[in-house]
Amino acid sequence: MQRTVLLAAFAAGISAVTAAPVNYKLPDEVAAFKPGPNLDIVQGNCSACHSADYIATQPPMKDKKGFWQAEVTKMIKVYGAPIDDADVAKIVDYLAATY
Amino acid sequence: MFDRRDLLKGAGLAAFAATLNSTKALALDTVTLPFANGERPLVKYPQKRPMIGLTSRPPQLETPFAVFNDGPITANNAFFVRYHLSDIPYNLDPDTFALQVKGKVDKPLKLSLKDIRKMKATEIVAVNQCSGNSRGFSEPRVAGGQIANGAMGNARWRGVPLKAVLEMAGVQSGARQVTFNGMDGPVSDKTPDFVKALDLDHATDGEVMLAYGMNGEDLPFLNGFPLRLIVPGYYGTYWVKHLNEITVIDNVYDGFWMKSAYRIPDTPNNAIEPGTAPKATIPINRFTIRSFITSVPDGARLKAGRTTLRGIAFDGGKGIKDVSVSTDGGQTWTSARLGKDLGKYSFREWKLPVKLAAGTYDLKVRATGNGGETQPDTPRWNPAGYLRNVVETVRVSVA
Repeated sequence: MQRTVLLAAFAAGISAVTAAPVNYKLPDEVAAFKPGPNLDIVQGNCSACHSADYIATQPPMKDKKGFWQAEVTKMIKVYGAPIDDADVAKIVDYLAATY
Repeated sequence: MFDRRDLLKGAGLAAFAATLNSTKALALDTVTLPFANGERPLVKYPQKRPMIGLTSRPPQLETPFAVFNDGPITANNAFFVRYHLSDIPYNLDPDTFALQVKGKVDKPLKLSLKDIRKMKATEIVAVNQCSGNSRGFSEPRVAGGQIANGAMGNARWRGVPLKAVLEMAGVQSGARQVTFNGMDGPVSDKTPDFVKALDLDHATDGEVMLAYGMNGEDLPFLNGFPLRLIVPGYYGTYWVKHLNEITVIDNVYDGFWMKSAYRIPDTPNNAIEPGTAPKATIPINRFTIRSFITSVPDGARLKAGRTTLRGIAFDGGKGIKDVSVSTDGGQTWTSARLGKDLGKYSFREWKLPVKLAAGTYDLKVRATGNGGETQPDTPRWNPAGYLRNVVETVRVSVA
């Protein structure tokens, strides 16, 4: 019975519903933060939600400090990143100096 | 790594499952996109051929542009991938998957994939394009995913009209919008979940679709398996992946991803003076009209004589009326021959034989839609880098 259903589905050009969880495996995350001041604070905060390449691929801006300050503020205000007030300036300094 | 097609031909589902489990970190090579800080790794993911890696968590993959010269349909294993949030249902079970339909409906529904596949299926060929496609070319540059022109693709989607599902549920009077939520979500509960909304009229137009099939196969996992929303002519932000929750509401949805993100300036061209901020914004909606030369990359060296230029064009759903090509930097234009019409939401192929003597050339391509809209000579600009559709130029030298 099952077989008939599968064959019919293939004949119709539709692949059958898989019979098990997908278990999709991503490649290992290779992107890393560049060395710089306060690296541990940056890794501890930024890596919780996204990989380092999110930062590394941003465009080179004239006002680096203003750009990264705005990005860190967005992460806190918009996306709810739980970053300690004392760490904000350190993260911005790292980003502006490193990227 | 196997190709999905080979697996379907021979090895079967067990091998397919093994394939998904056996991937390794592979940085195959790098490519350099044509803007500052454009170096990217070529990466290999399960069910995908080598793609341009933008970010690894959540995964974002850009289609290498040469793929668009293969024909009007983009292969599943080359189709771009864009996620916002990192909690992705990598271990979802299609047998227990359920789509909930709730809110202002007479009869809330819980549909399995089998239930949905039993319904009368429809198909549509439609382009999906990321709102931020080509953002890397924005000048001045803007924050966000820095992609070239490869966050777009065209597929034959198979599924059921959203209208049919909403009719089964019975939309109540007073309903105004329908919201869509997928199984992917934020890592932190402080981050707004990715939920999008369409007006009820749009959601019930008969074209908006719940798709389980893509080019004759299941959706690849990273393209929304087992079910995604198809919103023909609209930017990809609305095409919610891993879709499992549809809610009919009697107000205008004010969640972050509608109210604050994916907004464009409320101006006649949805553009503003570069580097400034808009006074008012609206949600991004239909694609702007675009066309590309796919047969010749920028900087190519060609042999003098006859050659046939080819490429693709598409718009937000009126369909392509004309594609014109210039070999003299935009002074004179010649209409190309359009390829087979796969529907008004599809890529439309075009071809034009030209004869080029020795020298350097700025090849340009410009599409015009059935509604009369065409592409601008100078790029429009907005703070998020959306809607790019400037006339594209490919520089070649001929000897």
